[in-house]
Amino acid sequence: MTDTIPTGKAVTRDALRQVGRPLVRTDAVGKAVGKTMYVGDHVMQGMLHARVLRSPIASARLTRLDVSKARALDRVACVLTADDLERPLIAVDIPGQTGRARLETDQQVLVRDRVRYHGEPLALIAAETVEIAEEAMRLIEFDLEPIPGVYNPEDALQPGAPIVQGTDNVVAAQKIVKGDIEKGFREADRIIENTFQTQFVEHAFLEPEVGLGWVDENNIINLRASTQVIENFRFIADAIGVPHNRVRVRASLVGGGFGGKEDVTMECYIALLVKHTGRPIRLEFTREDSLMGHGKRHPFTMTYRTGVKADGTITALEVRLIADAGAYVFLSPYVLLYAAIAAPGPYRVDNLLIDGRAVATNNMYTSAFRGFGAAQAAVAYEQQMDEIAMELGIDRIELRRRNYLRSGDTISSNYPIESAVWTEECVDRAWAALGEPTEATGHLRIGRGVAAYQQSYGRITYLHDTSQAWVGVEIDGSVTVRSGVTDIGAGQVSALGQIAAEVLGVDLDDVAIYNSDSAVTPLAGTTTATRALYMTGNAVKVAAEALRGRLIERAAKSLGVASDGIDIADGTVFAIDDPGISMPFHELVKLSAADGIHCSELAIFRAPFSDGLDPETGEGQVHPDYVFGAHAIEVAVDVETGEVSILKSVAAHDVGRAINPTAVEGQIEGGAAQGQGFALSEEMIYEEGRLITPSFSEYLIPTSMDVPKVESIILESGTGLGPFGAKGIGEPALTPVAPAIANAVTDAIGVRVKELPITPEKIVAALHAEPT
Amino acid sequence: MTSETDMTHKTLALEVNGRVVETRVPAHRTLLDALRDLGYVEVKRGCEKGDCGACAVLVDGVALDSCLTLAWTVEGCSVTTVTGLGNRTEMHPLQEAFVEHGAIQCGYCTPGLIIAAHSMLSENPSPSEADIRNGLSGNLCRCTGYTKVFDAVAKAAGAMREAGETS
Ligand code: FES
Ligand code: FES
Repeated sequence: MTDTIPTGKAVTRDALRQVGRPLVRTDAVGKAVGKTMYVGDHVMQGMLHARVLRSPIASARLTRLDVSKARALDRVACVLTADDLERPLIAVDIPGQTGRARLETDQQVLVRDRVRYHGEPLALIAAETVEIAEEAMRLIEFDLEPIPGVYNPEDALQPGAPIVQGTDNVVAAQKIVKGDIEKGFREADRIIENTFQTQFVEHAFLEPEVGLGWVDENNIINLRASTQVIENFRFIADAIGVPHNRVRVRASLVGGGFGGKEDVTMECYIALLVKHTGRPIRLEFTREDSLMGHGKRHPFTMTYRTGVKADGTITALEVRLIADAGAYVFLSPYVLLYAAIAAPGPYRVDNLLIDGRAVATNNMYTSAFRGFGAAQAAVAYEQQMDEIAMELGIDRIELRRRNYLRSGDTISSNYPIESAVWTEECVDRAWAALGEPTEATGHLRIGRGVAAYQQSYGRITYLHDTSQAWVGVEIDGSVTVRSGVTDIGAGQVSALGQIAAEVLGVDLDDVAIYNSDSAVTPLAGTTTATRALYMTGNAVKVAAEALRGRLIERAAKSLGVASDGIDIADGTVFAIDDPGISMPFHELVKLSAADGIHCSELAIFRAPFSDGLDPETGEGQVHPDYVFGAHAIEVAVDVETGEVSILKSVAAHDVGRAINPTAVEGQIEGGAAQGQGFALSEEMIYEEGRLITPSFSEYLIPTSMDVPKVESIILESGTGLGPFGAKGIGEPALTPVAPAIANAVTDAIGVRVKELPITPEKIVAALHAEPT
Repeated sequence: MTSETDMTHKTLALEVNGRVVETRVPAHRTLLDALRDLGYVEVKRGCEKGDCGACAVLVDGVALDSCLTLAWTVEGCSVTTVTGLGNRTEMHPLQEAFVEHGAIQCGYCTPGLIIAAHSMLSENPSPSEADIRNGLSGNLCRCTGYTKVFDAVAKAAGAMREAGETS
């Protein structure tokens, strides 16, 4: 096994042949012609259909649960309640390949006694058909005795509040201290304070959660699951009481994730029913199940108090963050950490105090969502920058320019940034690309906004992340990549193929990629945290380079040329100085195989490992590195109706290196739409914890009628830690969008709505509150 | 339950992608379920409420949400799914354009989007961007932000006009 850590700096070979080209993704054609089998398209002989019975209220004691009638119903195979479970709990933390200590966040699989959120599962049913399973569900009798709940973090922090988790509902706290905050405020000419809020947001991937489980010929529990994280097999195995090597999870191609398929949900239910029935089980969430059955984006209340000099220089920043964790912990501590680290934004703040808490309530639990806390922080810090500019009468871009973090600076936790910081280039280019302003007419007011950001790529370094990939060549010269990475739609798999093709001098078409099987593809870690390309891309590159080195050494013997004088391109191995001296790549592979040369390589890539942060100051390394960029927006706001239309949308991101520019644009365009929904229309509304937006007719994601066409400006500093200097774009694409829109709306109407989503009602109300 | 005299079930003959298929289904069975049970799993289930368009199929050339359509009501009709439009070796211009333009990410919405676009183009072979937006307004996509989808549909419309193939 090779474990060299590539420096990840600029590309050394003269020209890239596969990387950097807008190639058609390996998964595109199958999807276009309807031949791609998604998890839900698989069926098995003798399979049963499952359903989940959920609590209709948010805070209650379960005093009676009688499943006898459901069990007695003809063709019902199994009904499980908490009493039937050997182990009542499942871990819902970030899974680690390196065995790092986890948080104590295990939660009940099924309600035994206490219901803490609307939709918490009470029972699992497996029957011969979906209809029978649903009929059985209706036959289950239960009594829920309501107990007083608490439905927002402020209330949950009051003395005497109902306790949802722990002793005081605080499930996580995060402090970061830098410099001397008092001194910073003393040096300020002005102190500007604002509070911004974000809402519960739903991922709204188009493919609801679905899985198929069975026991195979080796007595292994197999699962096909629409998940971002096949490595949850460990948690599933623990929950059902079998060794880790007795659960196998495959994800094939997933119909969207965005963080919403990161935590274990239906996989555990399926595994339990498989274990109890011995039969294949299929469980497909309805859309309502999906909306009720996975964690949401954390609502944050973010109070910013910024001290500034008259020239706009920031002298001090104090940030209070309160996140609604909902009923269970899930990834709240990490989300809070991301928000705290990102809180100052891409700006230099020497005197800093960040104080964050994640607080349990009886709302739906909150967990991972593209942007992961850092996106919420951006909503606050970028609106605050515009507020400061307005108060000081300084141009918004100029104010930012005076405060940008620059290459080599340290971030909030006093840790230096590894890569180039191209915030200024990105802001300037995105802003300039908006071009001439659109003219206001009638009731329409035109406004513009920009937002810059800092978003990590790669997982938290003290969790010690690794990723593996295997690359091999066949005797006919075709290339195989094996890696556990899941592809949730962003082209994760295809990018690995491009990297292998680049290193081995073949075409993408010559590469076959096997992915996302926890038993037979080398474990690659999660497809989350903008880490798949960075981590697994590096693993593929390391493996392919080791293999290339061995093959070239063999070629040197045959061609009579020193190995450093040999290159491979378009399936031909040749002397760089005299391309006439050459042989076909497949010939080289044949010769190598005949000599017993190892024609494959398994590599592991390790992210930088760090220790935890200083408990007092929050000082230290949190992430491997960061992406910087900006989004600029022009809107028209109808001051009669409050309707917002986005007229122009321009993104500029330094992605380090665009492995596939079309795929990068796709991320940017999709992030723009998702950010637009976050800013303007999307809100999961809970009343006393009860979800009142359980479908896409209440929960409004942007449609083809709502979105602008997006212009993407892709900058490549080549300084990322990923393969060929790549950084990442999955999360960064979303992060600056909502604050840019918020700033544009404010610019248009002259008043700020500080709570997302900025709905027409809020705009009209704000306009009426403001005497103009 | 499934005896021939059972009034709650019926054996239907449908033409799916040019082939006549028979299926015995109860009155309440949606076209979505009937098609998926027959193996046409390219018809996707996204919401079962008519909100997302993932389940769209052509019924006599017009896009319908199959989750809102009862199987019995399309007896004798011709149903086309995305696999009926083309295949790996011979893609329909819409499929080709979606592939070329990178208009596909997770791909779960793609069958429905291509069907909706097809339906729109058979009415209006030279759509403006506004027409395209309108024609796709019943189809949600969470990954792409639609930019490349608009480009792909415009490109395919041109290709189809050139090829004289608009049906
Ligand atoms: S599944 Fe038919 S419209 Fe969503
Ligand atoms: S490509 Fe994923 S929903 Fe459209």
